[in-house]
Amino acid sequence: MPRTPGADLPDHPDWLWNSPEPKHSYDVVIVGGGGHGLATAYYLAVNHGITNMAVLESGWLAGGNMARNTTIIRSNYLWDESAGLYEHAMKLWEGLEDELDYPLLFSQRGVLNLAHSLQDVRDSKRRVGANRLNGIDAEWLDADQVAEICPILNTSEDLRYPVMGATWQPRAGIAKHDHVAWGFARALDRMGVDLVQNCQVTGFDRIGDRITGVRTTRGDIAAGKVALAAAGSTSVLTDELGLALPIQSHPLQALVSELLEPVHPTVVMSNAVHVYVSQAHKGELVLGAGIDAYNSYGQRGAFHTIERELTAAVELFPMFSRAHVLRTWAGVVDVTPDASAIMGLTPFENLYVNCGWGTGGFKATPGVGWCYAHTIAHDEPHPLNAPFNLDRFATGALVDEHGAAGVAH
Amino acid sequence: MMLIPCPWCGPRNETEFHYGGQADVPYPAEPQELSDVEWARFLFYRANPKGLFSERWNHQAGCRRWFTVRRDTTTNEIFQDDSHEAVTR
Repeated sequence: MPRTPGADLPDHPDWLWNSPEPKHSYDVVIVGGGGHGLATAYYLAVNHGITNMAVLESGWLAGGNMARNTTIIRSNYLWDESAGLYEHAMKLWEGLEDELDYPLLFSQRGVLNLAHSLQDVRDSKRRVGANRLNGIDAEWLDADQVAEICPILNTSEDLRYPVMGATWQPRAGIAKHDHVAWGFARALDRMGVDLVQNCQVTGFDRIGDRITGVRTTRGDIAAGKVALAAAGSTSVLTDELGLALPIQSHPLQALVSELLEPVHPTVVMSNAVHVYVSQAHKGELVLGAGIDAYNSYGQRGAFHTIERELTAAVELFPMFSRAHVLRTWAGVVDVTPDASAIMGLTPFENLYVNCGWGTGGFKATPGVGWCYAHTIAHDEPHPLNAPFNLDRFATGALVDEHGAAGVAH
Repeated sequence: MMLIPCPWCGPRNETEFHYGGQADVPYPAEPQELSDVEWARFLFYRANPKGLFSERWNHQAGCRRWFTVRRDTTTNEIFQDDSHEAVTR
């Protein structure tokens, strides 16, 4: 029997949350109803007992980058600071379906990060060593071992940039991004947290340097604490306060093919020829690559960026040459100078910032929620997000993941 | 793909250009006088407006000269520097 793509997926659910009118006041207001905002609210409620809380979303719930990412989850980052945070997220992912009692289609199908040059090989082996010292599963594979795991990958030597090997993280994988957001949203709604959509924050109320609330398109809302989780739109919010952040907003494009039979068993990422590819549960090939070069808040990018990434994909996966592009889209990602996030306190009392996740925020979702909730509840960073403070740009203690993280940014 | 107006070569495809980010970021006159915070500002902080943005482009595959345009970061509408008139989309 030919398999109908998507036949084994759960049906589309009924409404999982209400859409309440915003109240006049909350203990905590979270600005941004994407994955990070929802996860943060969830752990504020579960770990810290805060439920008099609203998540404000300017559009529809999880319709920004949470709807636009390529759903890859991994924790094989080079530096200790990143490894700590992403591996914490990975451990939470591994229990999240049970925790939320909701199917997230979390599939630990592994990730291959390809090496195409001697320098790639050296860097990759170094990263495997660093990962292992941090308790993260990582192996170095030669080209034959890569071919065993992913037979559709062209590992012959006649490529312009042959596959010389790869790092392999077996616990990496993908999850269904919408379900992740819906799982958190359903749990929040049941705990009495208000999820307010079509509610854009336009400014802040303050007494001196103390934030006391937000101004929104649905009225003013007083708040004990305000936590930003607005990704590419963060600068627009902080500009209202004259608070400068070292982030630049760029389009990041992704695309899918039509639904295909399952052909791709894992996740493949190539830094050097620059494309990353997995196959969604439903059957689409999901592809992404780098940002468009210029600053932009338009959720679209240029076709030549897509063309370049498809060239790389077809070189690595010759069988994809017959596939068709079904949809392309872009999200607005906030990129920092060291390609690491900014997460913690701000110069304003009762205002917290989580931004700068650039091209890699989805995989961190539960880890961000856990640590950001701690930061907000205790007015002090969790040890895992302490290195990702805003002060590091002045002290020089950067977490330089440019080129180190197994993917170009 | 944007059509970018090079002041010397005329409008050319975006693929011929290299992006240089925010325009008018001067090197500090007295760099040794700067505090760490001020130095961080110069190195790492750039404006990130939603709307009009003055930015540098280099015509890398053409005349190789730098120039400034003003672009709307939401619509990609490009205006010649110091002009409010849209010249291309």
